[in-house]
Amino acid sequence: MLTRLYNFFSSVKLAVLLLALGLILVFWGTLAQVKLGLYQAQNDFFRSWFIYWQPQGSGLRIPIFPGSYLVGFLLLINLFTAHLRYYRKGWKHFGIALLHIGVVLMLVGQFATDMLSVESYMRIREGAASNYSESNGRWELAVVDTTDAKDDKVVAVPAGLLVNGETIQNPELPFKLKVLAYHLNSTLSGKQADGLEPVEAENTASMQIWWRGLPKETRMNYRDIPSVLVELTEPGGKVRKMLVSGHMNSQALTVGGRNLKMDLRPERYYKPYYLYLVDFRFDRYPGTEIPKNYSSRVRVVRPESGEDREVTIRMNEPLRYAGKTFFQSSFDEVDEKGTVLQVVDNPGWLTPYFACILVAVGMSWQFLVHLIGFATKRRTATT
Amino acid sequence: MKLLLKYLPWFCLALFVIEMVMVLKPKADGEMRVAEFGRLPALLNGRVQPLDSVARNSLLQIRSTGDVPLEFVTNRLGNLEAYPGWKFWHHPKKLRSTEWLLEVCFKPEVADTRYAFLIHHPDLISELKLGEKGVENSGLRYYTYNDLKPVVNEIITQAGNVPREAAQQTPYQKQVLKLANGINIYQRLKNSIEPEGTTNFVQLLADYQATMPAGIAALRAQQTGGEPDQAALDKFMAIARVIEAAANASYPRVVPPPNPDDRDAWANVGASLLDAIRNQQIPPAVTFYARMAKAYTDNDNAEFNSAVVGYKNWLAKDFSKEAGKGRAEYYFNRVKMFLHATIIYIFAFVLAGGALLAYGSWPTASESFRRAAFYLIVLAFLVHTAGLIFRMALEGRPPVTNLYSSAIFIGWGACVLGLILERIYKVGLGSAMAGLAGFVTLLIAHNLALGGDTMEMMRAVLDTNFWLATHVVVVTLGYASTFVAGLLAMGYVILGVFTPVLTARKDLNLSQALTKMVYAIVCFATLFSFTGTVLGGIWADQSWGRFWGWDPKENGALLIVIWNALILHARWGGLVKERGLMNLAIFGNVVTAWSWFGTNMLGIGLHSYGFMDAAFKWLMLFIAMNVTLIGLGCLPLNIWKSFQSNDTTPPAAPKSADRESTPEPAGVA
Repeated sequence: MLTRLYNFFSSVKLAVLLLALGLILVFWGTLAQVKLGLYQAQNDFFRSWFIYWQPQGSGLRIPIFPGSYLVGFLLLINLFTAHLRYYRKGWKHFGIALLHIGVVLMLVGQFATDMLSVESYMRIREGAASNYSESNGRWELAVVDTTDAKDDKVVAVPAGLLVNGETIQNPELPFKLKVLAYHLNSTLSGKQADGLEPVEAENTASMQIWWRGLPKETRMNYRDIPSVLVELTEPGGKVRKMLVSGHMNSQALTVGGRNLKMDLRPERYYKPYYLYLVDFRFDRYPGTEIPKNYSSRVRVVRPESGEDREVTIRMNEPLRYAGKTFFQSSFDEVDEKGTVLQVVDNPGWLTPYFACILVAVGMSWQFLVHLIGFATKRRTATT
Repeated sequence: MKLLLKYLPWFCLALFVIEMVMVLKPKADGEMRVAEFGRLPALLNGRVQPLDSVARNSLLQIRSTGDVPLEFVTNRLGNLEAYPGWKFWHHPKKLRSTEWLLEVCFKPEVADTRYAFLIHHPDLISELKLGEKGVENSGLRYYTYNDLKPVVNEIITQAGNVPREAAQQTPYQKQVLKLANGINIYQRLKNSIEPEGTTNFVQLLADYQATMPAGIAALRAQQTGGEPDQAALDKFMAIARVIEAAANASYPRVVPPPNPDDRDAWANVGASLLDAIRNQQIPPAVTFYARMAKAYTDNDNAEFNSAVVGYKNWLAKDFSKEAGKGRAEYYFNRVKMFLHATIIYIFAFVLAGGALLAYGSWPTASESFRRAAFYLIVLAFLVHTAGLIFRMALEGRPPVTNLYSSAIFIGWGACVLGLILERIYKVGLGSAMAGLAGFVTLLIAHNLALGGDTMEMMRAVLDTNFWLATHVVVVTLGYASTFVAGLLAMGYVILGVFTPVLTARKDLNLSQALTKMVYAIVCFATLFSFTGTVLGGIWADQSWGRFWGWDPKENGALLIVIWNALILHARWGGLVKERGLMNLAIFGNVVTAWSWFGTNMLGIGLHSYGFMDAAFKWLMLFIAMNVTLIGLGCLPLNIWKSFQSNDTTPPAAPKSADRESTPEPAGVA
């Protein structure tokens, strides 16, 4: 039984089957992007163990096709066992081993990237600096204590904890926080309209606001903007309702003599250094609007070590610093005087580089061996 | 007969070498030095190019051809029609691109009577009530600007209502946009050298300069609240307004930078004349162009030539680089190397096909045809390579920068592989494949070029010669080699099913030779497509922080890698033998075609070049053809002409014939 299993997993037939499945998966996943958008198709097809079919109107999710994780995982098993089974010593077969190690590295590296890499964005205006980047999809409810003019105290609640009816308590918070209604995507309006409900909250009492939850956004270049209605209970028993939203600026309030600001904002990742934007440039080809280059001249300042140097980040030339990579991503379209840098923290970024070298060397090796063999055979045949 | 066959290869080669020499050697200019005018440099689309390129690319956008025919015949219905293409001995007169540009700029009233506008959509033609007008050429209808004049406003209004995203536009709306764009370019060209409606540009410049001092003084007085000389002001402003209108409506920038150190600061004639108010000096380039304009209107060849040569000499001082670029690109436009390569390729393909068909039955003729085909492929390859290198030098870029150049490069790569194969197996297979691949890819390139300028500037992310030279070149070679394997496999099926050629000779069995070729090429294809795809990932990691994003174009490249790997593993695992290998390789054509063109038709993702409706039809046709061939390839062997006789070994049979497909995966060596 075990032998049969081993023979199955190490067979070339399985490799061919998995490659065929991979082919269908990639093709299907590409076509699906037209309907689902790039992001959703990525999640459904390429960051999943199975592709599910959901019959309309039912809660059922029936797996109908292996997802890319499953195909990749089986390919890994196949690669390992096949090498145990077929491995042959000698320089003639060295390339085979090398190129397959490269493929393994590629698969493992991509899985690691999917699991570990974090992307965020840093927005800086010319002449200003920033020491944090913001997530593109994750939000947090931040309560900032600004009583001490020199030092802000921040308590940040990840949006994942905002569940209707849940109560959140923290020793740093001067109140109990109860989530009355949370919408992960929402619209706010100053006018009554179909489907909108009025919001009754202390901070919106003066202006009258209607709101509505929206389904999760799947389109490219659009993102979810959440809103939440919370109930704060002070130690004295005073209760107040507040509306906090990604559509609104931070909301000021005073609790027990302390000045607070509440804000629903993209999750922030603070860094022990800051980037100061000296100049952003958008170069165009002469006489046209065709972009030639985007670049940001920034100063990297790390107070604790006294480091202070200037670098230029431009297209195809990111800044790699402190384990993160800063890419020129976008800019302030109004006046072209602000930059948006994409900050990527990906511990596995080097794996494709090594994988590529291993596979290329392995294949070239093997083909050369083949070619030399072919040429010698022909020569002996013709003479 | 023997003698004829002996000299046939050399005769074919000599014929085409002579043709190429005739094409490449410099041509004398006419009495009016139109070509010299076409070589003058201007700035358009972010790059310096000769006026001839400005004219050609404008015409391509307006008319989808590089020149304008002047002679027509009246057909049975009494309508004007172009000379039918099959009367190839009749060369109807036509305006070449530069000649057309001269008319548009300097004799617009004549240019307005030329059939320069193509309208493709029958609904649009009837909507604009143009059915009675225009000329017809192979089902397409062309109109003069005078025909369109009454409906120009309606066209522009309609174009304004077309949705911006290409995916939401109907073919009708696309045609409206294209027509409106063509009219816009045409109107702007008219204002590019002299303001439209000028009868004597030299006089206008003289008046402008003469009225300028008093006019500016009056203007200053008016601004500072003084008493302006109204007559002087009116005189000057009348001219200045004409010039300003031209400044706002011009197309190429023909006036070189006033300061030679600032090489990008080209200006259009109108703008540079307005700028001249500051130092009250007319730029020398404008003076030269004014003389050309007047001389052209007066039909004064001597004066025109003297102005063109004078300007050319003036450019040589500070702008010799730009003038040289103009000359080089003009030459490149004129000699049309890719067109001539296309012609030689198709001849070579026919000869190589003949060689293959005669392979078993008439070996002497087969060898003669094969040689002829091989020589022609070498010649075509040299011409193709020369064109490729010329283009690279003009652009200052690696060979592949857009879809157009990828087609040219795929053909080139396939031709290299074909030449190598032909050197190893001297049977005509390599030449036939190279001829067909070269012909088809250059034909595709020719059609892609109908959209306009093919040397457009690279957008920010793509502006990196390092990645264009590595990722793009390698991945394109991956496409090319996958196509080569597919074409050879197509040859296997066609020759095998319909002819006895595959097993016709004992000394060199074509079916075995083809198997080895396809196998080796698939190995190459795997190497190139894998390395190229991963390099692309690394580029993506360098430029926007992610190695792999499952973008359609990336997935397309991945599909080719997976497919090639699948072919190799299926072969090593003994899942397929000779025919199976061929059928899989043919399907490789489908995968590659989809990745090359199909992904662009999805209209999404970072790599999409725009929606190409026409190409879609051809893609489907190509896929259908390949699937049909796979169907043929699956027919039982006793139907195959090549495997019918008893004394030939069918490919699926004994192990000994199939030594290459040892069932172990490590059996590459």
